[in-house]
Amino acid sequence: MRTMAIVRRVFKQMLRDKRTLALMFLAPLLIMTLMYFLFQNNTTQVASLGVHHVDQSVVNVIDTKNVTIHHYDSSQARKMIKQHDLDGYLTQKNGQLTITYSNSNPTNTSLIKASLQSGLVKLKMKTLVTVTKKQRAALESQQAALKKLTAAQTQATVTKLKTAIAQAQARGDQATAEKLQKQLKQATATTSSSTQSAKATSYTTKSHYIYGSSDSTFFENFSPAFLGFFVFFFVFLISGVSLLNERTTGTLSRLLATPIRRSEIIMGYLIGYGGFAIIQTVLTVVFTIVVFKIHLVGSIWLVFLTNLLLALVALTLGIFISTFTNSEFQMIQFIPLIVVPQIFFAGLVPVDGMASWLQAIAHIMPLYYGANALTAVVTKGAGLGDIGVNLLILVGFMVVLTMLNIVGMKRYRKV
Amino acid sequence: MATDYVIAKQVSKHFGHQQVLNQIDLTLPAGMIYGLIGPSGAGKTTLIKSILGMEAVDSGTVKVMDTVMPNRAVMAQVGYMAQSDALYETLTARENLTLFGQLMSVPKIKLAQMIDYAAGLVDLTSQLDKRVSGYSGGMKRRLSLAIALIQDPQLLILDEPTVGIDPELRQQIWTELNNLKDTGKSMLVTTHVMDEAERCDYLMLIRHGIALAEGTPAALKQQYAVDTIEQVFLKAGRMQDANDGNR
Ligand SMILES: Nc1ncnc2c1ncn2[C@@H]1O[C@H](COP(=O)(O)OP(=O)(O)OP(=O)(O)O)[C@@H](O)[C@H]1O
Ligand SMILES: [Mg+2]
Repeated sequence: MRTMAIVRRVFKQMLRDKRTLALMFLAPLLIMTLMYFLFQNNTTQVASLGVHHVDQSVVNVIDTKNVTIHHYDSSQARKMIKQHDLDGYLTQKNGQLTITYSNSNPTNTSLIKASLQSGLVKLKMKTLVTVTKKQRAALESQQAALKKLTAAQTQATVTKLKTAIAQAQARGDQATAEKLQKQLKQATATTSSSTQSAKATSYTTKSHYIYGSSDSTFFENFSPAFLGFFVFFFVFLISGVSLLNERTTGTLSRLLATPIRRSEIIMGYLIGYGGFAIIQTVLTVVFTIVVFKIHLVGSIWLVFLTNLLLALVALTLGIFISTFTNSEFQMIQFIPLIVVPQIFFAGLVPVDGMASWLQAIAHIMPLYYGANALTAVVTKGAGLGDIGVNLLILVGFMVVLTMLNIVGMKRYRKV
Repeated sequence: MATDYVIAKQVSKHFGHQQVLNQIDLTLPAGMIYGLIGPSGAGKTTLIKSILGMEAVDSGTVKVMDTVMPNRAVMAQVGYMAQSDALYETLTARENLTLFGQLMSVPKIKLAQMIDYAAGLVDLTSQLDKRVSGYSGGMKRRLSLAIALIQDPQLLILDEPTVGIDPELRQQIWTELNNLKDTGKSMLVTTHVMDEAERCDYLMLIRHGIALAEGTPAALKQQYAVDTIEQVFLKAGRMQDANDGNR
């Protein structure tokens, strides 16, 4: 089969080009590692927290600079978080506060965590102060009486014990003497402990995470988008440049002087370079999960599938763009124009918050759909049903570009 | 009865304002070596590409093997050697030959045999497993010729096949082309080498996209009353320039 002849050729050529292989397989790992260390710290943001039946005193002390508070009438945290797109949900049962984090954005999780903790500390101090004030008078009088009583009692015990110790020591009974010494110590200690005041009401908190775990980081959240970006970038570049070479060295028109179909050439490219894209994806995904311990909520197969589709779009786009270029240098010129802008729409900046014309641009970017799907699968455990539309759109991109490429080759042979 | 392998009628083609082919007629019957000669930029390569259907013509028709061009399937019966070598440099010669053999639908069992035959013809048998990037210019040219022969086609279209090939090997190749002709195959060959032109059965002289003269080498020499094809070439050119000047 002619397509397979092209596939074999692509494989042989790639396997002999060690530099390109290294670029394709090692560069993403290198950049991911770099990013892992770069993006460990967080930026300022506002998190939304839903509360239900929580003491007003607790709500009052939560820092509203970084956290906005919404009151709801339901104790179902998971449901409310999903329904109202909250970052956290706080409920109370007696003295027990239960906080549920969405954790789809670890930055917001840590914001809530921090303000809740500092709020509770503040609250504890406050209650401590009021309680102490109120009870001080009563306590003081009580303590005075107590002191008198215990002092008298202790005095009696102490004298009794002291004589016993002296007796024991005189007898040379060291063991008994030590025992009694201990009792003496205890007797004196009771005096000080009894002066402790009543405890302030303290809140204990219990945390739950819907997505990920307590150690989700910024990196963890954005790594899926970057995974998609790398596959997209490298496949775009390599397929584009190789078809360009094929054009400039004349092998493309030589190929078209055989009975091969134009579509067979394109399919050969898709399968050949798609194969390398699969290897690259598997390598990068497995590396990220194993080495950086990324918490993968969804199915790893969906991650592979999405990346593969993204790679195929990049492949067809690379081939398409290469028809407008006459040299590798011109191919490079398209990177800042076609590839780099896509990263901005891959989820680094929330698209929902963009101006409407920017949102429109986002929707013509393949990476927008790919990265969204990847992020949903990795951080929220989205299934095929949830990301199906995104995947279909990617398939659409691929089909349209493939057809354009097949038609574009008419330049070299009319049939 | 021998059929015509190529029939081109009134083929015209222009690039921008330049008329590159002007109403060219060409008929190539079976069992003939047809030579295309003419100065650089005359339109020889363009004519060949038009015949192959790789270049769209403005007007005129081309039939190859009784099929109107462009046609994809007919390509399997045509061995084409482009003017510039189009080879996969990172692959070995054998891998290049294998690839094009597969694309030309050479049966698997016959492929190894055909590679040996084609490589032997251009004296590359001992270098088959070397990467093309390590080939000399002449070796690449020979490999291109071997690729054109890989499917044992009835029609060979060779664009300056012997450029950069040493005289001894060139003699060998021409002897082989004559042998192929004797088995009923036809060849359309462009050349700038006049002694090669003498060895063709039929010649067409193209200049500025116009078919200035055509006929057997002997007939051409007689027509222009000169002794060599080189003199035909030069005289025809001068006459064309004089005509243009008179207009
Ligand atoms: N793609 C193109 N675009 C514009 N002009 C072209 C193109 N291809 C060829 N030409 C022009 O057409 C004319 C004929 O070119 P062609 O390659 O057919 O010449 P040739 O007879 O094969 O020359 P040579 O002997 O040097 O190979 C030349 O003047 C060339 O400049
Ligand atoms: Mg030429």
